[in-house]
Amino acid sequence: MSDPVEAGDQGGAVEGVSAGAHGDPRADPAAALSGSVLTDGAWHRLHPLTPVFRGGLVVVVVAGVLIANLRERLLAFVVPMFAPGPHPPADDPRDPVDYVFAHNLVFLVLLGAIVVALLLVGLFALSWRFHTFRVTAADVEVRRGVLFRSHRRAPLDRVQGVNLTRPLVARLVGMAKLEVMGAGLDSNVELSYLSTRSAEAVRRDILRLASGVRAETDAAGPGPHAGRLASARAAVGDGLTGLVFGAEPAPDRSESVVHVTPLRLIGAQVLSDDTVWWLIGSTAVIVAGALWFPPGLFLALPFILGYGGYAARHVVRAMRYAIVPTPHGVRVTYGVLTTVTETIPPGRVHAVAISQSVLWRGTGWWTVTVTRISGTRHGEQRAEEFARVMPVGTLDDARRVVALLLPWLSAHELDTMTDAAHARAAGGFTTTPRRARLLRPLAWRRNGFALGSRVVTFRRGFLARSAALFPLGRAQGVELAQGPIDRAFGVARVRVVTVRGHVRTRLGAIDADAAASLAGDVADRAAAPDTVAAATEREESHA
Amino acid sequence: MTTTPDPALPRSSRTVIEPGLDAEVLDRGTFAPVGAPRRGWLTGTDAADPAPWHRLARPYLRTELIELALWTVAVMGASVLLGIWTGAWWPYPVGGVLVVVLLVWAAILPRRLRSWGYRLRADDIVVRRGILLQRELAVPYGRLQLVDIAHGPLDRAFGIAQVKLVSAASTGSVVLPGLRQEAAELLRDALIELAEQRRTPL
Repeated sequence: MSDPVEAGDQGGAVEGVSAGAHGDPRADPAAALSGSVLTDGAWHRLHPLTPVFRGGLVVVVVAGVLIANLRERLLAFVVPMFAPGPHPPADDPRDPVDYVFAHNLVFLVLLGAIVVALLLVGLFALSWRFHTFRVTAADVEVRRGVLFRSHRRAPLDRVQGVNLTRPLVARLVGMAKLEVMGAGLDSNVELSYLSTRSAEAVRRDILRLASGVRAETDAAGPGPHAGRLASARAAVGDGLTGLVFGAEPAPDRSESVVHVTPLRLIGAQVLSDDTVWWLIGSTAVIVAGALWFPPGLFLALPFILGYGGYAARHVVRAMRYAIVPTPHGVRVTYGVLTTVTETIPPGRVHAVAISQSVLWRGTGWWTVTVTRISGTRHGEQRAEEFARVMPVGTLDDARRVVALLLPWLSAHELDTMTDAAHARAAGGFTTTPRRARLLRPLAWRRNGFALGSRVVTFRRGFLARSAALFPLGRAQGVELAQGPIDRAFGVARVRVVTVRGHVRTRLGAIDADAAASLAGDVADRAAAPDTVAAATEREESHA
Repeated sequence: MTTTPDPALPRSSRTVIEPGLDAEVLDRGTFAPVGAPRRGWLTGTDAADPAPWHRLARPYLRTELIELALWTVAVMGASVLLGIWTGAWWPYPVGGVLVVVLLVWAAILPRRLRSWGYRLRADDIVVRRGILLQRELAVPYGRLQLVDIAHGPLDRAFGIAQVKLVSAASTGSVVLPGLRQEAAELLRDALIELAEQRRTPL
């Protein structure tokens, strides 16, 4: 490693060595641009405690297993009088401890243990030394690995969002994991771990660069020089206050556009689709079991009871939810034990849907999901969380959230969406023609679309209602399809092609001519420069 | 190269079609052009749109038929071998049914390949396909992320290439299965250039 590296992550307590002095042309403009120490364009290391969290847990587990196995021996050794029972014979050749004692190998064994421990510590320290990152004006880069080096450079104008995750244990010592979402498969850049303070600073700078706000100088620069111990103390202190007062500074939550009480979250889970399916499934299993195969009941029991845990996890994960507009994007925070803060820079939303389950009809609750590009490899569970920007709220809440996500929507377009949510009549929507009502026996009056100048709204569902908005400047294409049954009814299907996500993109059973003209219009407007400019707007007006 | 079309103008009056490519190359050796697609189609409604439809290359039918013939032979051979080996009767009817399916497939193949078409409009490429389930997909040039050309050994023997247009969409990648090598390369270069010009940020 030829580049000078600063052991950078001490909560703003690093001596500021100018990056420009190293003759790296990329670093120069960045140094002028950024406010915080870690984003000055030079290479920095992660938090010194990182190895403990990333790999050190293995050591802890191994030590734990060893200690558990040798517990009685240790007890007997340290406090002989408390050792219960008769002393085991010391000449049992099969017992390694006895063997060691019998052959006077204590010193050797201790030496070996110390060497192994030192070796492990050394390896972790080495990998930590070689794991560096830098943020320049154009991209964020991570280098890692000792023998197998890897170097990842992610362009900042492709950043889809920044997540700050703080698992419980890391929170205790004031550390956080920063994940920069890229636009390709497995293209995320993970900076784990940083001290919470630096993570927030890095996030702020990355978002500022990613959201296109360039010429902003940061007043909160590097703090006064402090010792390593002092900064470590500060980090731990931050962690403790963070545990008590939440991951984000206090005003964050009060500014939230939507307030969700824990009671409502629990209610929402109890009345969710999951619950409906669980009820149906377990009733079926119980009835079938009682009729034909009684032992099956016991086999199914764990699955039936398991739902409780699943539901509780869901609720806990969504607790302390907040959504706040910031100059660099919309910030969504949730979680009790592990807190997650996602930031969606402006112009990264490809589709938004508001929907409600059958049982939410009575309470008037809605949930908001989005489709946006995520470069994670994480599973379905993570993806679902990632998509759900509002777990539960009223229609007004949903409207406010959508207005945050797509700030360029006109009041009329928002009205269209809220109308779509409860209206049964056509109301500006082109719906399934009467002749094709067999294809949508219940929902045919609701199933339809409304085309705005920069957005198209799909309305669906009779029992479980939903409305989906597709910013046309974000559409990757449009597809028109007609199968034989469709042809018999003179209808067609339209699909707004988007990136992979949770918002359903198909709308079926629309009059063939209407569908064709819709698809034509969507295709035209998707390519129109002004539509694209609106939907991909990088800089917020109130920045 | 062409100028960016004025979005204020209606599509039909935009002049920029077939940007920078020789339509003659695209149409050499392709299936005979069919008339306008049926009523109500995405781009069929716009009679004034001058972008012509291009078709797949004729030799592609040959490669597909050869492939089907190989499959048929393989299925027949496998069922006969299986019949002799096990001494059972059932491999023959099963193989027979499979062969019939393959033959029917081969019979509708020309019609199926003729149903494919693509046209380069001012702002997007439109691909249509299908007989029973008809689909028509429009992808704006600016959304294209990359263009692939692929060909198998059989394709190469007949100078056929497959062009794959990849956008950021999960399912929006468009495959044009049988173009002549020259046409494929021309199309790729033109599309890449258009994509560069109109790139929209992700």
